[in-house]
Amino acid sequence: MNLHEYQAKEILSHYAIAIPKGRMASTADEAGAVAREIASKKFAVKAQVHTGGRGKAGGVRIVATSESARDAARAMLGSVLVTDQSGPKGSQVSQVYVEAGEDVAQSLYVALLIDQKAGQMALVASREGGEDFEELAARNPEMMVILPLDAAAPPARKALKGFAGKLGLSGALADSAADLFRALAKAFVDLDASLIEINPLAVTEDGRLVALDVKMVLDDNALARHPELAVLRDQDDLDPVELEAQRHEVNFVRMDGDIGVAVNGAGLALATNDMLVEAGGRPANFMDIRTTATSLQISRGFDLVLKTPGLKVLLVNIHGGGMTPCDTVAEGLGISIRRTGAKLPIVLRLAGNNADFARRFLKNCGVVFHDAQDMNEAVATAVALARGTKKGAAK
Amino acid sequence: MSILIDSNTKVVCQGITGHAATFHMARAIAYGTNLVGGVRPGKGGMVHLDVPVFDTVQTAKDETGANASIVFVPAAQAAGAMIEAIEAEIPLVVCVTERMPVLDMVRVRHALKGSKTRLVGPNSQGILTPGQCKLGVMATVNERPGHIGIVSRSASLTSEIVSLTSAAGFGQSTTVGIGGDPVHGMGYVDCLELFFADPDTNAVVLVGEIGGVEEEQAAEYLKTAANTKPVFAMVVGRHAPETRRMGHAGTLRALGGGSAASKLEALRGAGVHIIDNPALVGPSLKSVL
Repeated sequence: MNLHEYQAKEILSHYAIAIPKGRMASTADEAGAVAREIASKKFAVKAQVHTGGRGKAGGVRIVATSESARDAARAMLGSVLVTDQSGPKGSQVSQVYVEAGEDVAQSLYVALLIDQKAGQMALVASREGGEDFEELAARNPEMMVILPLDAAAPPARKALKGFAGKLGLSGALADSAADLFRALAKAFVDLDASLIEINPLAVTEDGRLVALDVKMVLDDNALARHPELAVLRDQDDLDPVELEAQRHEVNFVRMDGDIGVAVNGAGLALATNDMLVEAGGRPANFMDIRTTATSLQISRGFDLVLKTPGLKVLLVNIHGGGMTPCDTVAEGLGISIRRTGAKLPIVLRLAGNNADFARRFLKNCGVVFHDAQDMNEAVATAVALARGTKKGAAK
Repeated sequence: MSILIDSNTKVVCQGITGHAATFHMARAIAYGTNLVGGVRPGKGGMVHLDVPVFDTVQTAKDETGANASIVFVPAAQAAGAMIEAIEAEIPLVVCVTERMPVLDMVRVRHALKGSKTRLVGPNSQGILTPGQCKLGVMATVNERPGHIGIVSRSASLTSEIVSLTSAAGFGQSTTVGIGGDPVHGMGYVDCLELFFADPDTNAVVLVGEIGGVEEEQAAEYLKTAANTKPVFAMVVGRHAPETRRMGHAGTLRALGGGSAASKLEALRGAGVHIIDNPALVGPSLKSVL
């Protein structure tokens, strides 16, 4: 689960990490009022959207007066911010965060994450942070310094001070950096985070460390033990169709093609998608049925696929395993076809547990389908039907 | 022969009295798996699936001589169950539990360090040695004993590859589902080492996906490994839909790997035979073996 910047900052402030004074605003006038209340010599007005690359896309403005804070907020609110990380649809800006501007002497990058290679927590940092950090780091991976941390015990102060030294910090600054790293590690474990990123972490001209921007991602699998964090989920941020699918144990991503796709399991779904694209097909969606889904939940997943505007073909590729046998999926498909009255051609590829039974079941339900022997045939048939080079409801 | 499990493997099931465990272990027993006991705190002394249930893994091991455990415990308690099995020095632990908190797995990995246990999973479909032992939740309709080792992050794709290697006339020595979670037990490299040492495995199919860096690690290992056998690999997700990301992508990229292209390039560079899609598994194996 992604948190907004303002939420992440508030959480970190409880861990004694310094953040600029600021508040949320949902209208331009409110933004102006917040700026007056903060009373600083400059302000940052920042769009609260769940995407990176805001700065370069105009989602962060530094202004000198409360009037210009109001104007900046007016320009941002209601607009759609398209960044190099948001995808072409972009994100609608419905709230802005207004905060005091700081006089920055140096911008650092600091992140806590799970180092998958080592299977442990790691502190990752660079003495050069800021807006262009990603491109910089991709080109010069050697600029990153990494310190593995033990999730079970607080990190040793000496190691943290040494780490601060590698970032070019010394004296009192190295001490405050060690405190900040320790607080971050504690927050990471307390919150079951998957990522906490401070970029930039400013060294101000008066010698303080201030978190100017924070990104925080929490582990969805651990939210059950953090009800106070689970309520922070921003429902508006998720595609309503994808959200509905999640409720029914189906992973679903909308795409812009004309072949609806349903597969059991992510690996097989990725393989099916690869084959479809390479055969010249255009998937309308990516859908994988979780092993825990019941036939009723699966039918809701099919409903979502079948509702796609401009859909020409439905391709179902099921390799029935121990957890999801073919008949469970066939039941879901049968229910959905009856409920939606869908008439489009269906290509069905069934293998593994209960495949024959599932085929008979669907025929008995009156569902007409192309019965493909393998993935190759299924994909070729679906692409031909979508292009109109193959006709007819069944062979 | 095979790797990790065979007809002599003595299995205990942690969480045996649960619904999923009862369902899948009944099938495993029917397949020939030697289930010797179960563990369920508070239910020690009862009998379930015709085997004794114990309160702790240690007692189960002491009383039955079990050398493998399969964990069917809900995500919130699964880490504790795995750590209990590691502390009881069970040599092989398989965990099928899905959606485990990552930091819990970090703790499990810590417990694994220097222990006598090999862990497979979590979020694994398990291990199958056809005709001998099924330690997992996979289908067993298309498998047949043979000489291809399969190691995969994905359960559904493993079913497909198993069925295709069987159809092509090969069969499997052992299939291992290492699970797709970011932090987990055994990886590709551990399995490749075991398959290379197994006289009954002639070649290995490695089934990979986008994300993480394990395929690249396997490639690194294969470049320097002394005793190798033909390795075939597939990496799916070449045309995966892009989902929105937050700021850490650059960081992860700087830490290395992740894309289908980088994985394929690394594997090809290590002399691996690349299989472009599942339909080509049979022809690829036949052209080399």
